[in-house]
Amino acid sequence: MFRLYHSTQADVQACEKESARQEDTMNSRGLRSQLKDSVPVAGLCPQGAYGVQDSLRSGFTSVKNELLPSHPLELSEKNFQLNQDKMNFSTLRNIQGLHAPLKLQMEYRAARQIQRLPFLPSSNLALDTLRGSDECIGFEDVLCDPGQSEVMGEPHMMVEYKLGLL
Amino acid sequence: MALSTVLETPGAGFNFENATRNAALEALFEGGQTPKPLKTGTTIAGVVFKDGVVLGADTRATSSEVVADKMCEKIHFISPNMYCCGAGTAADTEKTTELLSSNLSIFSLNSGRNPRVVMAVNILQDMLYRYHGQIGANLLLGGVDCTGNHLYTVGPYGDVDKVPYLAMGSGDLAALGILEDGFKHNLELEEAKELVRSSIHAGIMSDLGSGNNIDVCVITKQGVDYIRPYQESEYKDDRKMNYKYRPGTTKVLTEKVVPLKLEVVQETVQKMETA
Repeated sequence: MFRLYHSTQADVQACEKESARQEDTMNSRGLRSQLKDSVPVAGLCPQGAYGVQDSLRSGFTSVKNELLPSHPLELSEKNFQLNQDKMNFSTLRNIQGLHAPLKLQMEYRAARQIQRLPFLPSSNLALDTLRGSDECIGFEDVLCDPGQSEVMGEPHMMVEYKLGLL
Repeated sequence: MALSTVLETPGAGFNFENATRNAALEALFEGGQTPKPLKTGTTIAGVVFKDGVVLGADTRATSSEVVADKMCEKIHFISPNMYCCGAGTAADTEKTTELLSSNLSIFSLNSGRNPRVVMAVNILQDMLYRYHGQIGANLLLGGVDCTGNHLYTVGPYGDVDKVPYLAMGSGDLAALGILEDGFKHNLELEEAKELVRSSIHAGIMSDLGSGNNIDVCVITKQGVDYIRPYQESEYKDDRKMNYKYRPGTTKVLTEKVVPLKLEVVQETVQKMETA
């Protein structure tokens, strides 16, 4: 079971690296550093029923719309947690040495694996406790609660995608 | 929904799906007919005096040229020893101060301590810097804690300043003139209240976005005195007629009474342990 999970993760990472490299050449300079680590999902498949461009919701198709973010905060918000963790770990490494971030990252990785099936929202309780965000309230607790989302992924498709059988 | 693709669930927090659509819509309505958010063109002021902090604010909330709220509350509760005046977009200041208040109450429940003003300022600064000024909240935070009486100002981009007196909002220039002229260190309570009142009054007189009543909030080690309104505007409207309909205005034509017959179907008795 564990081996299957490993292989899917490696595949997904390889996929991300490829598309990130393609984007580097096409992007404007200001966003380059932010886009390197993230993959815009819109580039993979158009959102809308039956896989066709949804003109009512997202307007006419344009390559610019799919690659560049339309809101100045979109990218920084998507990568915010990642960047915070990176900053904290590098500070820890400089202060206490390599062992401190290594041990913490091991715990984070273990906690991140405690998830429900892919189409159900997970509480991420262990991860929250490790990060200390169980004692904070932010906009992510108030707005767009994933437990109350109006759409749900198709269970069989999502499990197959996660296991790499798609 | 017949999605042939795998759904990536939208993360919690802000959702930017409609940003392209909004930009396209705004380009269509070049005349500026898009709905404007409710701004509080405002005068707020704060002064540190001998025993604590006095905060003052006007009570008008405007939506472009219309007065939307004549008795708007601009001095928000943060914790029992801290209050915050907010200028800028009304919803942003309210939600930000509510989040701040929740975070501080969780902290004080966890640690059993009263929160300090610096903590509130740091939380605000982090939160506002993260959103790069998109949250339009100009805040004036005043409070008393174990280290003394403090007054801080936080801007929408996250800049912080610790000041003995300050005014903010669209009427801040007029209010600041009065404050600069009358401020001295270690004022008495009545002098401080009068100084704040006259500075807000100057802001109301000189700025179209401020008006109506003046609220004053006095925070000391002994407690908080939130005087709302401290001074009412002389131009209050006086309704001459009564707009309520008296009973009998609408004529009753027919009346039909249907009694609901309820019968007991099942009865269960559960004993309670009242020891």
